[in-house]
Amino acid sequence: MATQNSRSAARLMMAPAVILLLGWMLVPLVMTLLFSFKKYLPLRGGDLGWVGFDNYVRFVTSSAFWPSVSATLIIVGGVLAITVGLGVLLAILLNQPMWGQGIVRILVISPFFVMPTVSALVWKNMFMDPVNGLFAHLWKFFGAAPVEWLSQASLQSIILIVSWQWLPFATLILLTAIQSLDREQLEAAEMDGAAPLQRFGYITLPHLGRAITVVVLIQTIFLLGIFAEIFVTTQGSFGTRTLTYLIYQRVLESQNVGLGSAGGVYAIILANIIAIFLMRMVGKNLDK
Amino acid sequence: MSQIKSLYAATAISALSATGAFAETTVTIATVNNGDMIRMQGLASEFEAQHPDIKLEWVTLEENVLRQRVTQDVAAKGGQFDVMTIGTYEVPIWGQQGWLVSLNDMSDEWDADDLLPAIRDGLTVDGELYAAPFYGESSMVMYRKDLMEKAGLEMPEAPTWEFIQEAAAAMTDKENEIYGICLRGKAGWGENMAFLTAMANSFGARWFDENWQPELNGPEWTEAVNFYMDLMQNYGPPGASTNGFNENLSLFQQGKCGMWIDATVAASFVTNPDDSTVADQVGFALAPDNGLGPRGNWLWAWSLAVPAGSDATEEAKSFIEWATSKEYTAMVAEKEGWANVPPGTRTSLYENAEYQEAAPFAEMTLSSINAADPKNPSVKPVPYTGVQFVAIPEFAGIATQVGQEISAALAGQQTVEEALEKAQALTLDEIEAAGY
Amino acid sequence: MARAVTSKRKIINTAAAWTVGLLIFFPILWTILTSFKTEATAIADPPVFIGFEWTLANYATVLERSDYARFLWNSIIIAGGSTILGILVAVPAAWSMAFVPSKHTKDILLWMLSTKMLPAVGVLYPIYLIFIKLGLLDSRTGLVIVLMLMNLPIIVWMLYTYFREIPGEILEAARMDGASLKEEILYVLTPMAVPGIASTLLLNFILAWNEAFWTLNLTAAKAAPLTAFIASYSSPEGLFYAKLSAASTMAIVPILILGWFSQKQLVSGLTFGAVK
Repeated sequence: MATQNSRSAARLMMAPAVILLLGWMLVPLVMTLLFSFKKYLPLRGGDLGWVGFDNYVRFVTSSAFWPSVSATLIIVGGVLAITVGLGVLLAILLNQPMWGQGIVRILVISPFFVMPTVSALVWKNMFMDPVNGLFAHLWKFFGAAPVEWLSQASLQSIILIVSWQWLPFATLILLTAIQSLDREQLEAAEMDGAAPLQRFGYITLPHLGRAITVVVLIQTIFLLGIFAEIFVTTQGSFGTRTLTYLIYQRVLESQNVGLGSAGGVYAIILANIIAIFLMRMVGKNLDK
Repeated sequence: MSQIKSLYAATAISALSATGAFAETTVTIATVNNGDMIRMQGLASEFEAQHPDIKLEWVTLEENVLRQRVTQDVAAKGGQFDVMTIGTYEVPIWGQQGWLVSLNDMSDEWDADDLLPAIRDGLTVDGELYAAPFYGESSMVMYRKDLMEKAGLEMPEAPTWEFIQEAAAAMTDKENEIYGICLRGKAGWGENMAFLTAMANSFGARWFDENWQPELNGPEWTEAVNFYMDLMQNYGPPGASTNGFNENLSLFQQGKCGMWIDATVAASFVTNPDDSTVADQVGFALAPDNGLGPRGNWLWAWSLAVPAGSDATEEAKSFIEWATSKEYTAMVAEKEGWANVPPGTRTSLYENAEYQEAAPFAEMTLSSINAADPKNPSVKPVPYTGVQFVAIPEFAGIATQVGQEISAALAGQQTVEEALEKAQALTLDEIEAAGY
Repeated sequence: MARAVTSKRKIINTAAAWTVGLLIFFPILWTILTSFKTEATAIADPPVFIGFEWTLANYATVLERSDYARFLWNSIIIAGGSTILGILVAVPAAWSMAFVPSKHTKDILLWMLSTKMLPAVGVLYPIYLIFIKLGLLDSRTGLVIVLMLMNLPIIVWMLYTYFREIPGEILEAARMDGASLKEEILYVLTPMAVPGIASTLLLNFILAWNEAFWTLNLTAAKAAPLTAFIASYSSPEGLFYAKLSAASTMAIVPILILGWFSQKQLVSGLTFGAVK
């Protein structure tokens, strides 16, 4: 329907965004690829020549590799499960008639505005510290021994911190989706004698499908790259070394840019596997 | 034509010098957020008053972030900083690479000969001094006199590890949240591994043999780490695997530790009645030994250096000269009291009667610093220098990962033997990758 | 009877929602409260909630130690600049995707999103070298560009989902009336798109404000925003909870207030076309 003229105009208008992103993707990517085939040690004089696939082999055969992949998946999966699960419940709750809905919404959305470094510092010191943290005080109050959160329940603690940051995001998208749900349909179902759980399962949940997909997609993009939360709390100890953090250790702590770049390429591959999977899901839902 | 050119050049030069007379040179200083540095930042307005043409820009960062930032910048030659706060680990490596400006030409009043020899040696490469020490430290035992007395024991001036264990057992009173001993458990080459490497030295352990073969799963390391583990698990505070210097300091100040083996600079914090609830009950002793010769104490100096490629080298040097001078020490003494001056860098400070009076820990600090030998840290010969570190570029990365394994063992997630096997494997891997 | 049930339900709902809301908000509240305590009160056991002697000393210390105004200003410039620049680049792209879709539109959109999956640490070294070459280290310009590129995919997508909601018939009617492309965008589309653009602006401002990897690694003194300010308050020697809380409060309160006031716009922007 669009004319040839408007088509070329459209291309022209898309060009800046596409070119910028292409550059933003390709330039560092090509440099990373280049470095990954080199022995590149800045503290030993920089570029020490080509080494073929050495860095790739070394990165995967290191004992830290598979645990880091699994830590990444556990954190991403755990946070997604918690934020989507609690998000749906919270959205339903917030959609009920109540007093002060506006204020409650403000309270719930607030963690989203807190920068990750601050939230990690606050949780680590003021809540999870086994001696002076609030949790320790609470546990002692009930006569229990304080939990050493960041060492004994390290992955769970990080999932908790990150979930706290992302729960508002999930809740708000899901809430907006619920609000658009056809009330009459729900009421009709109620008339027909459908139990609350049935109504939720057959009407609300399917309606939320699209919103859940979007939450999962956007959060995954951000969660794959979480760094500050780990850097501030455990520095990758106690099984919390994600792939991102492992690359950080290779590039910055060991100053082995070649090895780190190879790790970066693996991370890109992993991200793409997840991306293809997600995109399929979203692509389908976007067509609806 | 050439006349025009030279005329133009002349004008340009005069224009340049004209603006130069009024322009401020900015010196960007990267520093760590330790108390002494924060104090220096507060006093730096004095320096700016003396040098109206120099403007100081501060980048104050937490230690881990600072290390990452300055290493990245110096390695990639970013040139963002004119003065960097670095330690005895970085200076020899960076100096060797030619990344630092030599400070041999500091003025006579600055008096390089007054620097403590052990500290000065650690900052010198091939006769060139590459960094000026701001404060120096070793490690020693800090203990609670009242608790020691209650336990019916007396701390010798130079205790053995065996005695430390006995005392820790006697002082521990978990009901009342008093833990016999607080040691670093938080993973990191500058955290638990600094302590453990120094401790392992006194057990005769070393990181590498003369052929750069790691010895982490050898009998000496195993013995040392098991001893440490036993101390911490029986007499240490909860959550020890995440405690670093700061966490332990806070525990000690709250009166929850019987003994604490850590940096000598902590002495002035734990004896400061404003922050410490046990200020008048703290005693000091040399770091423990195991009868083999070396004691388990380290040597470190937070120092100021100028990266090569700084566009304000002279200005940066004059700032460093000010910050590490005797006059600066005198100024801090006048404003904040002698106990708060940056310790561990100059002989003259330890000969100062006023300082000795105000700082009961002065003598022990000096003996601890003098007892450390970076060239011969352990019983057996080593191919590297450094007491609590190995001065090679790869060490920070290796030791942080080793530290994480040991930290995980301390948290009960694996045994000491498993941790050391993994440590040995990853060290071997990294050292091969670096081409030894 | 029915009314009584409803109001009872409403009471239960209200109680439940407020409990959850306060629970979620509690860490922030606790941080703000702690910032007014002395260091000793901050770690007191049992914890003190309100009944302590309020002090502003921590704020005074933080203000004395750091040039807060400069960090704040840098944050505003960097977050604002990158967002506005991003919108300028994204509006035409999103417009053409929404109104002149081709069979590749969806692929381009998804590809754009996938560029966000590049791990930042993996490309730090290349970016750092490029920044040195271009003299962009420690400059606000450099950060504006990087953060703009980082958030561009999200901006494009949000705007796209917005524009798609605008009925095509209106455009056709405008064309019938002889409106040029420029007029079409200026007088017909823009007014309809303003709410969408506003919410996109807000969300990206928040994302840029809170970005803590590039802002920390590519700055030193001149361009350092609040994320760098916070990095100097995590675990100095001795007790620090109260000072850390004061610094944290100062870093988050500006954006928190902005978020609260623009909450309605933001929420409508957060849907990413998920709602139909």
